Amino acid sequence: MAAPGWNRKDLLGIADLSADEIRLILDTAASFREVAARPIKKVPTLRGKTVINLFFESSTRTRSSFEIAEKRLSADSLNFSTSGSALAKGESLIDTTLNLQAMAPDLIVIRHAHPGVPHMLARRVEAGVINAGDGAHEHPTQALLDAYTIRERKGRIQGLKVAIVGDIEHSRVVRSNIHLLSKLGAEVTLAGPRTMMPVAVERLGVRVAHTLEEAIEGADVVMMLRIQLERQSRTRFPSVREYFRLFGLTAERLALAASDVIVMHPGPMNRGVEIASDVADGPFSVILEQVGNGVAVRMAVLYLCSGAHREAA
Amino acid sequence: MSGALLIRGGRVVDPAQGLDGAFDLLIEDGAVARIEETIDPKSAGGAEVLDASGLVVAAGFIDLHVHLREPGQEYKETVASGTRAAAAGGFTAVACMPNTVPVNDNPSVTGHILSEAARAGWARVYPIAAVSKGLAGQELAEMGELTAAGAVAFSDDGLPVASGELMRRALLYAAHFSAPIVQHAEDLVLTGDGVMHEGEWSTRLGLAGIPGASEDVVVARDLLLAEETGGRYHVAHLSTARSLNLVRTAKARGLPVTCEVTPHHLLLTDRAVADTGFSTDTKMKPPLRAETDREALLAGLADGTVDAIASDHAPHHRDEKDVEFSAAPFGIVGLETTVSLCLDRLVRAGVIGLPRLVELLSTGPAKAFGLPGGTLAPGSPGDVTLLDLERTVTVDPKSFRSKSRNTPFGGWELRGAPAGTILGGRRIDP
Repeated sequence: MAAPGWNRKDLLGIADLSADEIRLILDTAASFREVAARPIKKVPTLRGKTVINLFFESSTRTRSSFEIAEKRLSADSLNFSTSGSALAKGESLIDTTLNLQAMAPDLIVIRHAHPGVPHMLARRVEAGVINAGDGAHEHPTQALLDAYTIRERKGRIQGLKVAIVGDIEHSRVVRSNIHLLSKLGAEVTLAGPRTMMPVAVERLGVRVAHTLEEAIEGADVVMMLRIQLERQSRTRFPSVREYFRLFGLTAERLALAASDVIVMHPGPMNRGVEIASDVADGPFSVILEQVGNGVAVRMAVLYLCSGAHREAA
Repeated sequence: MSGALLIRGGRVVDPAQGLDGAFDLLIEDGAVARIEETIDPKSAGGAEVLDASGLVVAAGFIDLHVHLREPGQEYKETVASGTRAAAAGGFTAVACMPNTVPVNDNPSVTGHILSEAARAGWARVYPIAAVSKGLAGQELAEMGELTAAGAVAFSDDGLPVASGELMRRALLYAAHFSAPIVQHAEDLVLTGDGVMHEGEWSTRLGLAGIPGASEDVVVARDLLLAEETGGRYHVAHLSTARSLNLVRTAKARGLPVTCEVTPHHLLLTDRAVADTGFSTDTKMKPPLRAETDREALLAGLADGTVDAIASDHAPHHRDEKDVEFSAAPFGIVGLETTVSLCLDRLVRAGVIGLPRLVELLSTGPAKAFGLPGGTLAPGSPGDVTLLDLERTVTVDPKSFRSKSRNTPFGGWELRGAPAGTILGGRRIDP
């Protein structure tokens, strides 16, 4: 499995990847996808490699997805989370990082509430660093698994109309998706309350619609974002009831999209807030496929960043 | 040795007198005695002679906005290390902010700062005392006592004077002492948890933004209060196009309003946060703004709206800055980079002429705070900044005299540099 086009030790974001690098990850993921269908779901690719999952922010699905990917690649992995760690004792991020580095891991998967922390880490450690979400900045593996899912369903990304709806400002998923989808030639339209639309977002090469309806009309892909109810101050929108009235995805509204539209959500969903249950569970939904593809995409990223493809060559 | 100093052969640039040409300058008893085309050393009564050929001779530069951190945070900076950095950077005087620990809201702290400054002897120090006791924004500090102890202006810098009522009373009361109120113009509610300018780059980086409006609404309110009270008002580290326009309009209407801008707001934009990979040395308040703001500030230098360039020298220890971007303290050092940055990127780049730069670093600051100096007219303090316009320097934070190294300008190659300062006729060798 030679992958000559990949020369990075880190995956910090989509913004600095080329379209070819993105396609390489997606193609590599496709080759790992079948591992999940085997009776023994394991390949020896990363045998003897050590991966640290460094989660400074709680996460169930992303961390589980990385863990499963690591196990299927036969890597030795260690979970390090804030509760019970040195950080609770006031150790600085740099000191924690240097201590982990001293244990000579091959890869560090990091999730942190502050944008830029993976970048800071990557400058200080020899291990490859994979960004599993840094604040509202990037969540590259989520965008990659979204792209994988779209490509699998639609056969292409070029020329597709993609609507992304919800709390744009606080979403790392949307930033990574904007970069990725634009690089691969999709047309991205955003919608959401103006109080949650980051300033000058058009400069990222997207269109901003005034209403949900305008955004999803004729769309090939509709991606709904989670409203982080626990984080919202009450000046962003007045009530959940009103949010759902203006920006909730219902079957009626979805009828405005293309007849073969797919509906995506990075999870976890708030049913009845940003998406109605009949849509989430309906025939156009690919939400659970996204989750399954996430493991394959993360296997590909772990493999490429580990440098194993170079050792094999 | 009479203590007299004759500076010969330099190019004297003194916009306050409309001078730009070859002059000799004689300093006696700490003050400028003569400034003439040629002064014969024999007529100068045995004065020490300083050959300034090839150098620019200007009135001593005054930085209106520095944090010396003493008392209380001597691990970041002291009066001695900060004034030594000032001298190394070409400044003969600094005005220091009161957000020390304890706060400079009483004459004993003011006196401590002044006695440390006198002991160190690197540069003059003009303490800016607190507007409110403890910077708490509630009760007025003892402005009369503080003025008597040596304070030249009042500010709650680090924090804004948030209450309109307190600002109104402060403007009224400070007029007894002809002292300006120096505002850190920021609506903390609009700032929220923002850590960089709100714009394209905060959107790209997912960092919480500080809107320009956070500054503008405070400047707008304060200008109305200044007009109503007749008080003297000075905007610290002005950073947005809108605030600059508000000041421009207020000045046109004759209000006693002044403002300063920093080199970093003149030379960098919010994009630097991305270009440096989230370097915390691009994090300060107000934040690096958009290119349109930067261009407006440059225009404000040229058209006279801006009164002073000030560094907002804000030392922080490496351990404090070497953390997550969102968690790092705001502020960068500037005393040892300001002059070279201005000579290279403003004068050499053609934004302003050298006389205007000298005005922004000496005459303008002196007038804004009513300080001695700002000119080399006979009778003025014998404070001089020498400049070498041809010397090329590479900014090396490790060589700073400051205790702190937090600058985004490390590695910049700049042509033009300070070539020494003279304080009351005494050559300073920092």
